[in-house]
Order: sequence, then structure tokens, then C-alpha cells
Amino acid sequence: MSGSLIGKSVLRKEDHRFVSGKGRYTDDIQLVGLTYAAFVRSPYARADIKSFDVSDALAAPGVIAVLTGEEVAKDGLGGLPCGWMIHSKDGSEMRQPHHPVLAADRVNYLGEPVALVIADTQLEAKNAAELVMVDFEPLTAVVNPATASQAETLYEAVPNNLCYEWELGDEAATEAGLAAAAHVTTLKLTNNRLIPNAIEPRAALAEYNSGTDEIILHTTSQNPHLVRLIMTAFVQIAPEHKLRVIAPDVGGGFGSKIFIYSEETALAWAAKKLGLTIKWTADRSESFLTDAHGRDHVSEAQLALSADGEFLALKVKTVANMGAYLSTFASAVPTYLYGTLLAGQYRTPAIYVEVDSVFTNTAPVDAYRGAGRPEATYLVERIVEKAAAEMGLDPAELRRRNFIGRDQFPYQTPVALEYDTGDYEASLHKALKMADYNTFSARQAEAEARGKLRGIGLSCYIEACGLAPSQVAGALGAGVGLWESGEVRVNPTGSVTVLTGSHSHGQGHETTFAQLVADRLGLPIEDVEVVHGDTGKLDFGLGTYGSRSLAVGGSALSVAADKVVEKGRKIAAHLLRTDVDNIDFDAPVFKMIDSNESKTFQEIAFAAYVNHDYPSEELEPGLAEKAFYDPLNFTYPAGTHICEVEIDPDTGVVEIIQFVAVDDFGTIINPMIVEGQVHGGLAQGIGQALLEQAVYDDTGQLITGSYMDYCMPRADNFPDFKVGMTCTPCTHNPVGAKGCGEAGAIGSPPAVMNAITQALGGIEIDMPATSEKVWRAVQTMPALKTA
Amino acid sequence: MYQFNFHKADNLSTAVELFNAFDEPMYIAGGHTLIPTMKQRLSAPSDVIDLAKIPDLDAITLAGDTLQIGAMATHAKVAASSLVQGHCSALATLAEGIGDRQVRHRGTIGGSLANNDPAADYPAAVLGLGAQIVTDRRTITADTFFKAMFETTLEPDEIIQTIHFPQVDQAVYLKFPNPASRYAMVGVMLTRTAGEARIAITGAAASVFRAAAFEEALTADFSLPAIDAVTLPAETLNADMHASAEYRAHLCKVLIKRGVNALSS
Repeated sequence: MSGSLIGKSVLRKEDHRFVSGKGRYTDDIQLVGLTYAAFVRSPYARADIKSFDVSDALAAPGVIAVLTGEEVAKDGLGGLPCGWMIHSKDGSEMRQPHHPVLAADRVNYLGEPVALVIADTQLEAKNAAELVMVDFEPLTAVVNPATASQAETLYEAVPNNLCYEWELGDEAATEAGLAAAAHVTTLKLTNNRLIPNAIEPRAALAEYNSGTDEIILHTTSQNPHLVRLIMTAFVQIAPEHKLRVIAPDVGGGFGSKIFIYSEETALAWAAKKLGLTIKWTADRSESFLTDAHGRDHVSEAQLALSADGEFLALKVKTVANMGAYLSTFASAVPTYLYGTLLAGQYRTPAIYVEVDSVFTNTAPVDAYRGAGRPEATYLVERIVEKAAAEMGLDPAELRRRNFIGRDQFPYQTPVALEYDTGDYEASLHKALKMADYNTFSARQAEAEARGKLRGIGLSCYIEACGLAPSQVAGALGAGVGLWESGEVRVNPTGSVTVLTGSHSHGQGHETTFAQLVADRLGLPIEDVEVVHGDTGKLDFGLGTYGSRSLAVGGSALSVAADKVVEKGRKIAAHLLRTDVDNIDFDAPVFKMIDSNESKTFQEIAFAAYVNHDYPSEELEPGLAEKAFYDPLNFTYPAGTHICEVEIDPDTGVVEIIQFVAVDDFGTIINPMIVEGQVHGGLAQGIGQALLEQAVYDDTGQLITGSYMDYCMPRADNFPDFKVGMTCTPCTHNPVGAKGCGEAGAIGSPPAVMNAITQALGGIEIDMPATSEKVWRAVQTMPALKTA
Repeated sequence: MYQFNFHKADNLSTAVELFNAFDEPMYIAGGHTLIPTMKQRLSAPSDVIDLAKIPDLDAITLAGDTLQIGAMATHAKVAASSLVQGHCSALATLAEGIGDRQVRHRGTIGGSLANNDPAADYPAAVLGLGAQIVTDRRTITADTFFKAMFETTLEPDEIIQTIHFPQVDQAVYLKFPNPASRYAMVGVMLTRTAGEARIAITGAAASVFRAAAFEEALTADFSLPAIDAVTLPAETLNADMHASAEYRAHLCKVLIKRGVNALSS
């Protein structure tokens, strides 16, 4: 029976509650004595705070308390830390400005919270928040990352606004490669800043019980244990065992709910300080202003090629915008999640990358779906395609010439990673076939006859997922190991409760993990319940991000399930009066090898709890096993995306004619869920390429502060996606899975932009390819007449 | 949203009386601009007077050659009306293209016109089709109704009752939506009546306007060559992160040309 559930598109167990309105999100939770919080925020990107006057607010109807940055400072709360230490080229540590829970004397980005008003109703809290008088003295803001290092210094301890000047790779070898090249392709590009836009805004509900001195924080988190660790060990609002963090149903995150923010922290602190139960739910405007943004790179690159198109060296210089403060994982994104991916799928022997991370007066920037890997892929796949065009080579052929061959694994890249397995040619071959690549020129000619411009673009991406082998992560500066915990708890009647440190906020873990464990144990999936998101119920866990849940969290469950089987064999041996070596598990039955006697899984489960004749020195009662799974390596999902576009030269409107994604995610548990993840990722990646951008004006005001200006992709922006799979199972985890959550957002932007660039005859534009940018490019094309 | 008082008027005169009784009153006629701005605390009326319960204010009728649309007719109702489709299919198409399904079932033609959002679709219809706006106290021609951004010649307490659309020979509405808001970045209503071309453009400037030079050229000769040399000066047009004035001017001409093609075939 084992194996029967793997690879099946089982319908999602959680969907019944979501589609029937029975989901329980943070804002749904109602408790006795509930009060409401509203935050007072900076209307300036940068200003000194001269004084607070809270008297009018305190006198307003329903107001219980007003807490400002001054109280935060008085209570000695620690700042919000960044968990990943990066060292500069010269060996110095990255510079980390103090990130206060509430600002007391200086604000550094628009919307930064400076005070919190607590009242009986949400309306009263919001009304009173407008009565908090903050005397701001505006200062000149630094907004543009490209020039931030030459601008006015924002923090005394951060000269030139530089967080770090990081490097990776062999500079001398790379320069030698460039010197020896027959051809060098250069490229300048920006990776546009994005706003995450989870469907559920951030929310928190903090309750404090003075009898037990315990705070319970219900919040929209992708990793509740990390919330607890940082709030207690670093901000020090309470001892760790006196804070329970519950992340109930959470509506999307895309990375933005990994991080430890001011608002949730302030709420937990205030609940204890005031003995209250307090709720705050961000409105959409607050989400735009304060959810950590994504991307925001400016890069230059040079690719050295031999006369026959062999990649000799890649040199990259990137400026990455950190925003006003270092968010929880911000420092790692443009370094270890970016520079290490610059080999792509290729054998490029020498790579050198320099990354300057700068502070600006904008919202903090941190991991957003893909986190560093989309930026790397965008750069590599744009420059490879450009090189092919410059050298008159077919872009698919140029890639083939440089692929790491399927027989060359494990493959050590010049930028730290060792790829375990892959078959890049297989994905490329399948994608080209699905896209009818060979007949593109006929379609292009047909479009031209109609006065339209057609282009086709490729992207052969790779990503490093399954964060992360703890030793490697530690060596790279991670503040915590990145293993995952899991427990398979067999109940006396034979049903199973699975506890995981991963957190589902849309991914479908309650189904995939149940499928995995049910399959291992030979149980119906209905008999397996998945529990996640509560520090009061679970072992410490690291949460969900970086496409790690199945590869790491699922592996932990796989190991725990194996331990359950081992324990079950011992119980069976005891019950059948035989030796454990004489017991075989043929899921779901424990069988004696040398006889026809057996025990079902349910019989073993029941016996585990009710029997009273165990040889107590050899066998404990109970049947529940834990595992803390620490991966041996990253996983390396990879694939080929192909985009075909048609441009209306009169208006510059880009239509996506077809989009093909062929991905190698290793072993797949639930193809339907994986396809859904691919679709979502593609929507965000194509959205980045065509539609989305966060725009600040020169004073640091956010122009794209609502959906009137921030262009969220809609279904009618996309064709039906053509999704295909290839499979080389991960070699080093027991599930064989590589992770699928981010691939769509990583692989797709360069495919779209390469297609547009080809349609424009090689004219380069930056993302997003708005109709006006495309139209202006068309105006500079030689042979075209437009309206 | 700040707190406010909500009133339902059951006839026009009560609505006006209520309006004049309060400090900061606002009529609500669907509310798909008003409610979002109130939620963002950008608008703070003391009293909101709902016109939805006034009988027959959403009726769509044909009186001789004139299509009469009640001010409280929703966009969905206009789009689905066989009278509208028969009289002027371009108007039905325009209504079908406003906002999303939810907006179309709440938002009304009267609300849209009274609000005069520079990127709304209906102002182009009313101006392009040469409609008349009948209020509780007078009739206003389209050419004098739209004053400036979010400004009309309506008195503060005046209520639009019906909009009268005369019969035109031909009409087409072409919209280039803002990719984010889906409001018109440029929207062009092009009509012809007894050879006279009339063009109203929304989205491109502070308020809807007529493209006189194009009208003149097309009235003289309804063909693409006739407008080849005609341009729309970009100086007076809107510029924002989505489109420069120059690009908007260009799009206006593209849409006019497409309109000419559509009406010529």
C-alpha cells in the first residue's frame, strides 16, 4: 500500500473550511475584554521627532492608553534584529542601525510607527491616533539606492549608508576570463521593487494573563517560533516560556510574514504592560507602507565568451536597497541567496560578484517569493540571451553548449554551492517542444503581416531551496540553524496527528504532509491530521519560506514516520512473542517473516497505549516519534520557462501569447498542489515583468500606495499556462523533493523580458514593461511605422 | 472611516431638504467612489443621504428618439438594457466596461456624472453623445455640465434625475485602461450624426473634453487621411507614473483612428 498516495492529486483537506467561511484568521478571533490598537505613523520619509503630546488622544472617547517611542525606550526594549551576519570584503561586520519597536527621536521611512493608541473600539483607536500630536521636523530623504552611498549619511554608525560591501568568487580568475574572451556581453539592469500584497493583511491579537504571567500572541506569521525567539531573546518583552505565539490560518505571505515587525511586537509588549487583550489588523494602506518590500537591485554585468560561445567568466556588480532598517533576513537576500546562484545552470568557470547594500529612507526590503534567486536568474538569463543575440547563436543552443551535463553531478560551482543533481537538457528539450519553438519564425511572420511584433524568450533557471544545511548556513552567517522539526503522534485508535514546524499559509501542507505520512504508514489520508503554527503545541520549528517545507519539514516527518514504524515493529515483536528482526512492515501491517501471523497498524497503536506487560527496560509504552531533520545540502529545483509575446506597436501593449514552464522539482507528492504553486509563482513573476512596481517620489512618499497605482496582476493578464515536469529526485533527502513554491516567480521574469527584447529587435527596457516604455522603444526601431 | 449619519430619502424634495439641514452632507448614489474615500478618511461627511430608495429614479425609457436613463440606473442595468443596446450599443458597451462586476451592480450613471472623475467613462458618453442632464430643477447640456476635475455646474444640493441621450447615427467607445485601476487612461467616444463628427475624450486631462480639431477634420472628411496631420497638444494633458502627457496624446489619436476605422467598416 505504501507509495499509493505519492503523486496523486488529492483534493486539499483544508479547502472545505476555507471555501465555507470556516477559516479562523487572526482578525476572526474574538475574546472577552478585547481592546483595539491603532498606530500613529510618520507622514515623512525622514524627520526628527521633537516632541510627543498625547493629552488630546488620552482624553478622547474610549481611549485606554497611548504608548509612544519614548515608553519603548524607557522600558529598555531591544531593537528588532537582523538574523544573518554578513561580512564585508575587508572582513568587517555589516552595519546594523538600531531598529526601534516604536521610533522615539527619528523616523526613517514613510509609515514608520511612532506611537500606539489603545481604545475600546477600533474606530475610537483610529480617531484618537489622529489626535496624537507629534512634532516632526522633516529632513532630506535619501531614496535612490543607486546614489545612496554618495548621499547624506542617514546613521552616524553607517558611513556612506553602506550596510556592507560584500564579494564572492575569484576576482583574478574572472578578470583573466574577461581578458581572454573572444566576446564580452555587458548588461545593465534594475530589478524592480515590489510590494508583497498577501491577501490577508498583517494582524496581531495579544492577550496577557496576569495569573500565569503568560502572553499569548495570535499573529500572521510564517514562523511562530522565530517570532517568539526574537521577541523574547532580543527585544526582551518576556521570558521565552512566558510567550506563546499562535499563527492560526494565515492568508498568504510570500515572505512578508517571515519577519518580526514593530506592530506585532508592540502589541505583545503593550498587552503585558497594560494587562490588556489587544487586537490590531493592518488596513491595506498600512500593508503597502510597512510590509517589507522585495527586490530593488541595480546591477551591471559582463559575460565573457569564447569564439564558439563557451562561457569563460561572469562579473557582476550590484547595489541592493535595504530600505531604512535591516529587516529579519534582509542582509542574506542579496548575498547568499543571490551571489551563490550566479552560476545558473552553466559551467561558467570563473564568477566574481560584488554587492553593496545601502540604506535609504524607504520601507525595509527583505525576502519576497524567490528572495535573491529571482534577481540572480534575471541577470544571468538576460545576459545569456543577449550574448546569443550578439553572437548570432540560437539562445537554446548557446545554453546547451554551457549546461552542466546530467553526468557531471555532483557539481561544484565557483560560487560556493554544490548542485546534487539535475537534467537541464531534459527540461529545455521538453519546454521547446511544448512551445513549438521550432516553428516560431512562421508565427512571427504571420504577426508581422498583421502589423504586430512577436518575440520569444527563454529562461533556464536554477534555485537553491530547502533552506538549509545548518552547518553551511552557519558558516555563511545565519543566526540560527535551518533544520526542521516534525512529530508523528499515533493515537490509540490508530489515527495520526502530525506536528510540524513548517507553517502553511496557503501552500496546502495539511494535505501534502498528510499524504506523505499516510503513505508511509499505509493509512487513509482522512486518518491523518496536521497541526502547525503554535509554539504551545509544537517543538521549536523554523517555519515556511524558501520552498523548504516539503524538502526539510516533510523530510523530518518522513524520518519520524520511519521511527514510528521501528517502534511499531518492536511492539509487534513483543505481541507476537518473536524477535524484532522477524517483523516486517508491509504498510499498514506488521508481519512475522517466518509465519503468517501479523498485527495491523491499528492493533499496534492500541497496544502501544493500553498494554501493561511491556518489558519496561526494553520497550516504553506509547507510539509517538520526533525528528529534527537537518538537510545535508540545499536542493536545486531547475527548469526552463518560455514566453512568447506579441506587441502592438501602436500602443506598446504587450500580450502574452503563450507561457510554458517545465520544472524539475524532484519527487512530487501532489501534482495539483504543485501546479497551483507554479501558477501562483508565474503570476507574480510575470506580474513583476509587466505590471508591478513600488514607486517612491524624491521625498520618499509612496506613489504606489494603493491598487489605484500599484498594478496587481489579474487573471486576464495571463494566458492559460502550459506546465510540464521533469524529475531528477533530490539525492540527499528521504522524500526526494526539491521545493516548488518560488520557481514560478524566479524563472518567469527573464523569459518575459527576453521575449519583449527580441520583439523590440534588441532594444532593452527595464521591468515592468509598461506600454509606454515599450511604445517609446518601438519609436526608436528603424523600420517600423506606427500611428 | 469616520462616523456619520445615514439617511434614506424616499423622494427628491426630501433628499434636498435633508441635504440642506446638515453641515457636511453628501448624497450617495451607489457610493463606489464615496465609500472608498470615506474608508481612507479622505472624505468625512457628517450625513450621507442615500438616493437609492427614491422611486423610479433608475428607470430606462425611450421617449421618441430620446433615450432617458434614470440617474440611479446601475452600470449593469444600463449594459443589460435592450433599450440602450438598441438606441446606442456604444453606450451599453461603455457601461459593461466600467470597473468590475461588483462596481457595475452598485455604481450608477448619475453618481458617476455628479462626481466627474477625470478618468470615468460616463462623462465621455454624455459629452460625446451630446446628452442633456435633467436635474430636479433644470436641464443642463453636456457641453456646459463638466467644469473641472471632480467639478460640475450642479448646485451643491442639486440632484440629477435623468440623462437624455439623443439619437446619433453612429457611435463607438474605445478605452485604454490604466493597468492598475482599470479606469480610462484614455477613453474616446466618437459619434457621427448627419455627417457631423463629435469626439469626447476622458482620462487624458483634468476633465472630459472635446477634440475640436479632430471633429472638424472628420466632419469635413470622415477618413484616416483627413486626420493624418491633426495632433492633440500634449501640454494640457495629464502626466503620471502610468503615462506621460505625450503618450496620452498619442493614445488619443490611436483610439480616434481605431474609432474611425470601426465606424467606416
